[in-house]
Amino acid sequence: MGKILLFLLMSYVIIWAYIFPAPQQSLGEVSRIFYFHVPSAWVSVLAFLVSMLNGIIYLKKRDLNYDIKSSSASQIGLLFAFLATVSGSMWAKVSWGAYWNWDPRQVSIFILLLIYGAYFALRSAVLENDKKAALSAVYSILAFITVPFLVFIVPRVFESLHPATSVVDQNLKIQMSPKVSLVFFPSLVGFTILFFWIWSLQVKISQRVELKKGG
Amino acid sequence: MLSLELEGIGKWFGERKVFENLNLKLENPTCLAVIGPNGSGKTTLLRIICGLIRPSQGKVSLKLDNQVVKKEAQGPFFSLVAPDLQLYDELTAFENLKFFSQLRDAVYSKDNLMQKIEQVGLKKREDDLVSSYSAGMKQRLKYALALLSSSKILLLDEPSSNLDEEGILVMEQIIQQHQEVGIVILATNDLKETQYAQQIFKLGN
Amino acid sequence: MPSKFSNWVTKITAVFKKEIKSEFRTRYALNSILMFAVVTLTTLSFTVGQFALTNPVKSALLWVILFFSAMSGLAQVFIKEEERRTASILKLSALPNVIFLGKFFFNLVLLFMLEIVTIPLFLILLSLQVESWLLLLVILLLGSLGLTSATTIIGAIVSKTNVKGTLLTVLSFPILLPLLVISIQGTKLALDGSHLAGAGSEIIFLLSYTIVMLTASILFFETVWME
Repeated sequence: MGKILLFLLMSYVIIWAYIFPAPQQSLGEVSRIFYFHVPSAWVSVLAFLVSMLNGIIYLKKRDLNYDIKSSSASQIGLLFAFLATVSGSMWAKVSWGAYWNWDPRQVSIFILLLIYGAYFALRSAVLENDKKAALSAVYSILAFITVPFLVFIVPRVFESLHPATSVVDQNLKIQMSPKVSLVFFPSLVGFTILFFWIWSLQVKISQRVELKKGG
Repeated sequence: MLSLELEGIGKWFGERKVFENLNLKLENPTCLAVIGPNGSGKTTLLRIICGLIRPSQGKVSLKLDNQVVKKEAQGPFFSLVAPDLQLYDELTAFENLKFFSQLRDAVYSKDNLMQKIEQVGLKKREDDLVSSYSAGMKQRLKYALALLSSSKILLLDEPSSNLDEEGILVMEQIIQQHQEVGIVILATNDLKETQYAQQIFKLGN
Repeated sequence: MPSKFSNWVTKITAVFKKEIKSEFRTRYALNSILMFAVVTLTTLSFTVGQFALTNPVKSALLWVILFFSAMSGLAQVFIKEEERRTASILKLSALPNVIFLGKFFFNLVLLFMLEIVTIPLFLILLSLQVESWLLLLVILLLGSLGLTSATTIIGAIVSKTNVKGTLLTVLSFPILLPLLVISIQGTKLALDGSHLAGAGSEIIFLLSYTIVMLTASILFFETVWME
């Protein structure tokens, strides 16, 4: 039942993303990528949070299922971070002329990619499952606490080309036109539900694989 | 009065089961011998008891005069002498003992250190680097370290490994002295060594 | 009757002194760190030293050298315990906090020794004009504290893996990035001649980074150490 709703929701998003007027007249059609790019970036951050929280639970309970949940979330997060980077670069090429511009948001998502990469490099360097789980959990916590520092420095160092004020203004009030909101927010919700659905699938698959290894 | 209890201890390394559902209760003064074939988990069991390895299942509890000793405070109660334990090669025997004494008790007494060194028969060699020690001398130094810590529970993994006749006498004296007051648990392949113990615990099926 | 706190300090000092003694006799870490720094500095001096480099670039180069030198030597303090199998007896003899802090202070001294050699060489080879010495020293101190605190805990994590060396850099870089960026900015301000007050936000940032990292390290070190 939930899956049908998700299918309908995502179809709605995909179709209306193309029918409704483009979010930014100045940028034209390509700005439609906004409906997919921003939620992807959001999911990559959400996945990081979910992964870290499950890591903490693992450290408390020492139940390897939580480690499976943690690494599955990171896998999906890595995928969405990659998608966000790619969709962002495509958008950047059209709007700003180059695929990479050292814009703060681009740098931030790149750093998130580095963190995910480091997380998986660590996991592949340990053979024993419980050691792997504990070390990854600690690392993801360490990475998480540097996030506030990253958020602070990135805008200070890199000047922004991101169309920030067209969506969220100085007072953090949403500035989107109602029509844009109609597609953007469902997209955000849809992507989030998509994340949790893919996550639960991935966890089930990994659990089956682990069971098979044991038998 | 000291009591050590193992409840439902089990250990798996990945898929490989070492042992499961081990139960044991010891009270001082006593000496226990843990025997079993190679690979039955004697070393693993000793390491679980002193807290170096986490058990997959079950728990180790310690009670002093009927008061439970919390996990974090259990460390000082145990001393371990084992073949895979290494001391610092780049330090002298004396420096090793001094370091570990300071770590455990925040103090060290030169006289006390020298007395232990003499007791294990390493007098005149205390200022040599451990890298120059033979395997037997290293084993004696490990005993000196165990004596120094004055822990109530002495864990000996293959107690006589690398020891010559004289070394074995030293070892026997230490086991004898310790089990009059505290708890000694020795793990061995050599059935002769069970003579020192009052109880025997068999591992492996 | 010595207090619990002074006992704790004595124990940490014991670990620290042992590290110094070991390092003095074997010189594993110090040698790699110094070699790395000298090689890098010389290479830079020969290649880009002749060009007129701006202060931002010089600041960045300095911290790049410090970062990679730290990578080549600051994890040794844990790796050698694992490789030489002395970790077990250490675990039995002391509380994790004591071990972490003793090794942390040792790493700090190691880094300072590196800086004593590297900074003067750096200033000479790349002909640096430092307008504000006090600020430079403050930034170096705070930056080193932050660098050491992150590297020590990550070094502990890496010492438990099969790969060790290269993994340290991969894991440390994202976490150290904020520290490096702000240290570079602070250094640039010092080269330009800013007063301490002018670099206020950098100083506060570096201080809070160090405090956060150290706190997290102490909280989680036991988990890593006992694996």
